[in-house]
Amino acid sequence: MIAAVFIMTLLGLGMGGLLGLAARYLRVESNPLHEEILQLLPGVNCGQCGYPGCGGAAEALAAGKAAVTLCPPGGPPLAQTLAAKLGVAVDGATGGPPLLASVDEATCIGCAHCGKRCPTDAIIGAPKQIHGVIQDACIGCGLCVDVCPTECLQLRPVATTLKTWHWPKPMLSFGV
Amino acid sequence: MKLFDFWGGVHPLGQKHLSAEQPIRELPMPARLYVPLQQHTGRAALPVVKAGDKVGKGQLLGREHGGVSASVHAPTSGTVVAVGEFTAPHASGLSLPTIMLDSDGEDRWVEREPPPDPFALEPEAVADRIGAAGVVGMGGANFPAALKLGKARQAKVHTLAVNGAECEPYMTCDDRLMRERAEPIVDGVRLMLHALQAPRAVIAVEDNKPEAAAQMRAACQHDRNIQVAVVPARYPAGSAKQLIQLLTGLETPSGGRGTDTGVLVHNVGTAYAVHRALRQAHPLISRIVTVTGGAVVRPQNLEAPIGALVDDLLAFCGGAPAAARLLMGGPMMGQPLPGTQVPIVKGTNGILALTAAETLTVEPSPCIRCGRCVEACPMGLMPLEMSKRARRDDLDGALAFGLIDCISCGSCAYACPSRIPLVQYFDYARGALEIRQRAEQKAKETRRLLDQRQARLAREERAKAEAAARRQAEKLAAKAKARAKTGAAA
Repeated sequence: MIAAVFIMTLLGLGMGGLLGLAARYLRVESNPLHEEILQLLPGVNCGQCGYPGCGGAAEALAAGKAAVTLCPPGGPPLAQTLAAKLGVAVDGATGGPPLLASVDEATCIGCAHCGKRCPTDAIIGAPKQIHGVIQDACIGCGLCVDVCPTECLQLRPVATTLKTWHWPKPMLSFGV
Repeated sequence: MKLFDFWGGVHPLGQKHLSAEQPIRELPMPARLYVPLQQHTGRAALPVVKAGDKVGKGQLLGREHGGVSASVHAPTSGTVVAVGEFTAPHASGLSLPTIMLDSDGEDRWVEREPPPDPFALEPEAVADRIGAAGVVGMGGANFPAALKLGKARQAKVHTLAVNGAECEPYMTCDDRLMRERAEPIVDGVRLMLHALQAPRAVIAVEDNKPEAAAQMRAACQHDRNIQVAVVPARYPAGSAKQLIQLLTGLETPSGGRGTDTGVLVHNVGTAYAVHRALRQAHPLISRIVTVTGGAVVRPQNLEAPIGALVDDLLAFCGGAPAAARLLMGGPMMGQPLPGTQVPIVKGTNGILALTAAETLTVEPSPCIRCGRCVEACPMGLMPLEMSKRARRDDLDGALAFGLIDCISCGSCAYACPSRIPLVQYFDYARGALEIRQRAEQKAKETRRLLDQRQARLAREERAKAEAAARRQAEKLAAKAKARAKTGAAA
């Protein structure tokens, strides 16, 4: 019996030692999840989530310190992708309908400040001309709203059209 | 000819007797028509008229625009009142760009030049004329017919299946069309065969329409390459994929198109529209609409101009005072209407006004996993598993169970003893999936735009640095020159 105890102890010590060495010398430098999450985020570093850019947000998400619904430009679809990636449930409101920037043409003075801030070049317009937002390119990060001197640039909900409308989920009181 | 079978399906109460014996009557021209610029799959037509323009019957109102699109024409002569937005015949109640046209009561045609012999035209030219007449698939899918024919010719389709099955309960417009206008339909079929360069056509009629089948047989008795097949009445025999399976035994691959089996399906109404487009240069400006349902005082089949309001049609049929539910289309796949002030469009086969007794009032109850929906599904899917996942927003799970292959026929919901709105779950899931795909596409696009902006900023920075370096160098050179000059002077 002593022989068996001896062998098992030796094996345990040996393998434990190997694991310890492996943990020390083969350690992965950064969290691989961090990179993967960063790829999913919009990457415009708008800061609406409260973290210093998308890198900071990805770190917080990977550490489980942030909710998956943190990114307004990404909206509910991103929240769902993140939830699937992190293996958590999407909880709470995902921020209502998506918001995109649009210019109130009555008050735009053509200062051209907004175009320089736009991370996706979605704002067009020459100086002293009314500016416009290409809705397909806008991600609703809100960076332009901060620099607009006349507050003519606002984030507004996107109107539903026949192309984007779909049937709502049936609201039944029981599981199917 | 030998017939095959498809899996599943249901036998809903036909209710076709309400309107089947009513001959097609022409709807008196309403005072104002509302012609939507988008009545088809794809992109909306571009308006080519403006408010105040006088137009003749059949004149172009909106030109096809972009890859998949169809033109729209004036259903009567008159004055364009406005080009604006009007409520679409759609469950959402949202609006569509629409041309409002006041009839002048003359119904005066524009100049028409039908080709003397359409069979002398090249197949492409036939398809072009069908496209120019704004013909779309009239069985409900509303896909531009010319494109469908062109694609099928390229795919070397061997059979044209002409769909006269009309499996939707209550609907009788195709039945009446086949009974009363069999010759023009067969002529349209010959023209489509010419445009397709396909060897044969099969006209499929369900066995609950013996008169229609007899008329079609009589009309094509001298055509060796056109056959009439009487198929057993079972819903959804009139769905393209099921019809192909019935006629050839071939199953359309998952995610594929009917033409993958070498068969192209077109509705009898489309064949009729093709005949009129080529023989009379008559664009698609009217169609046969079945106005029926227990609530309609005098159920009828009407030939109505596109753009007539549902209200006009119902009023002509004596109204529908007891209507508890108003649908565009049949009871299985029809869509609820936001009201009667919506126009009929090219794909409107029927207006159905149901009484409270005809509509379902039973509250849904939990799934008992009886599997009747699985037995009923003609696509061989498992609706109970798909709906469970759709309810939990597990879109990938629903996809894995074949959501993409669902044809929304409603057989599962019809068979469900718990009355669960299964199809609405699938419609919801498909909509959510589309939103997700759009978001993914946008994320990709955002990344591209970001990269391009970064590259542009870097380029500008570099250009600035280079310009500064050049200026510096010039300054130095000028200084050196000046020094050399002063040195020489000294």
